[in-house]
Amino acid sequence: MTTIEKTTDDVLQLASAHFKVPREQLRADDDFFKTLGINSLQALDLLTRLEQHFHIELPDYELQGVSDFRTLAERIQSRL
Amino acid sequence: MLDLQEYKCLGAALRVALDRWPDEVCLIEADRDREKARFTYRQFRDAALPLARALQDASFPIGTRAAIIMTNQSKWLISAYAIFFCGGVLVPLDYKLTPVEQIQLLVHSKAEFLIVEYHAWKAIAQASNFTTLATRVVIVTEAPASADRAGAKRWEDFRGPGEPCFVTREAKDPACIVYSSGTAGRPKGCVLTHENYLEQCMAVTPIFPFSPGDRYLSIIPTNHAIDFMGGFIMPFTGGGAVVHLRTLRPEFIRDAFTRYKITYMAVVPLILTNLQRGLRERFAALSPMKRRMLNALISINRALTHRGPRLGLSRALLKDVHQTLGGSLRALLVGGAFTEPATITFFHDLGIPIYNGYGCTEACTAITLNDQKPFRPETVGRPVPRMEIRTRDQDAEGVGEVIVRSKTIMSGYLDDPEMTAETIVDGWLLTGDLGRIDATGHLQLFGRKKNMIVTEEGKNIYPEDVESVFEGIAAKEYCAFATNFLWPARTMAGEQLVMVIRPESGQPVGEQTAASLAERNRRLLNYKRVSGYLIWDADFPRTASLKIKRAELADQIRKTVGREAVIPL
Repeated sequence: MTTIEKTTDDVLQLASAHFKVPREQLRADDDFFKTLGINSLQALDLLTRLEQHFHIELPDYELQGVSDFRTLAERIQSRL
Repeated sequence: MLDLQEYKCLGAALRVALDRWPDEVCLIEADRDREKARFTYRQFRDAALPLARALQDASFPIGTRAAIIMTNQSKWLISAYAIFFCGGVLVPLDYKLTPVEQIQLLVHSKAEFLIVEYHAWKAIAQASNFTTLATRVVIVTEAPASADRAGAKRWEDFRGPGEPCFVTREAKDPACIVYSSGTAGRPKGCVLTHENYLEQCMAVTPIFPFSPGDRYLSIIPTNHAIDFMGGFIMPFTGGGAVVHLRTLRPEFIRDAFTRYKITYMAVVPLILTNLQRGLRERFAALSPMKRRMLNALISINRALTHRGPRLGLSRALLKDVHQTLGGSLRALLVGGAFTEPATITFFHDLGIPIYNGYGCTEACTAITLNDQKPFRPETVGRPVPRMEIRTRDQDAEGVGEVIVRSKTIMSGYLDDPEMTAETIVDGWLLTGDLGRIDATGHLQLFGRKKNMIVTEEGKNIYPEDVESVFEGIAAKEYCAFATNFLWPARTMAGEQLVMVIRPESGQPVGEQTAASLAERNRRLLNYKRVSGYLIWDADFPRTASLKIKRAELADQIRKTVGREAVIPL
């Protein structure tokens, strides 16, 4: 069973690769809109990338009100 | 197309439409690449009437307010029709608001019924202000079989036996209460009448006519006035169809264009710039030779369409580009917020028929529309039919506040006669936007008179509404402003909010205050956040009842410091 720590780490890795931001600049509690410099549609792009990685489907509404990597990882974890 | 002059209310017009085209498709619901539902007009009626009956069985006197909180999907429109059928007043709420905000608006609107998606209801039931909710009947869609519905009924089972009784309304009766903005501060519930909607529909359909086979891709939330008109009333009263897509992911939007041969789509600037980015990336991946060819074709298209779109010609010249948008698109409408002329130019040069517009919920959506005949991307076009428009208090350059008059103007703000009287004067709606009307009747916008911003997603944000989350920060007092209100700029692009902080006497604003501001800021939805803060070393001017005199404070700030004093958060 994947732990929340591993899921969070994967989310950070994938966000770093997808938006070409060095991994060491990203922390779990960061506001990803700000750290990655993205808008809400680009955040949906990230969601697609995460779905492919975790082999799950996340409806758009799962991202609602979420702006930090940790909470995003928790939403994913609950569907693993 | 129905002759809407014959109808007094939306329910009556929709009822006739459902019988007029029984076998035409009116609604398709897709999720990603899967089609989830498809309704003909007859099937739509057959789905809505048992719901209407059940509403009436649950006691639904004429004028009952019923709210909907749903993403764009078939049950949204079916429920809305059932509410109109019963003579109810629809309160469409933004599913993107926080549950606390949704409850605040439900309470403000005095909605007795709530129809809501299960995931949203779950969040509402856990909100801190849940106990303030006074809705009498809650109906949830798509609740899992074992779910705790917190007293709500299941939409799928909420069906009454027998025929419901159609309840007609008068033209001046309220049809919807639409919140243009405001939650915690002073909610602006625009009361829009049946006449408002029917008039707006009659004004706009000659420009965007619907008939069977025409399809509108609905991605702007349906609670938004643009989508309610373009993605419900207009297609349904013309025999057209609405395609709901339950995701905003660009790859599925592109796919839907082709799959469903979309003829119309309305977008907010954020989606338009995203589409632009996608097309640019495609162009950048072309070989140098193909790129040169494309550029040459774009130049030819630009030269041949300057006086107005020539869709057939553009589709032939730039076939591949048009195919990515399905090849059937007749109009791409952009509204809800200011669109950069460069973005409009990008699509126009490709021969994609783009229409930018200007409007507001208070005017039941569109005030002006720009058909690019001739190409004037720096303007928002000319008034829609039967819309009177003027500017008042003009400056030396002819820029003044835009005021409008038409049968589409709301009857007022719900339970707020004072704000209504300030906004509608002698029948004219004062928009608070600054513009200039040129000799050809085109309106160009130059900023706002009012202290608010509109985001690229078409969300109106009033500074007062974000202030409550900052309660308790280490400051003597604080106040949020739109930066362009503090320092007027002749633009409506890139608008931001700024927090003005008056520190406690003798206490410097250090890293701790900044960190606490940043932490509070993150509690807001991302599009509502303040972009920076400004230190102000004097007490705020206040009224006798201790309210901040915002205009006076803004004046003092403007005279003392400039934008460079704002510290980014």
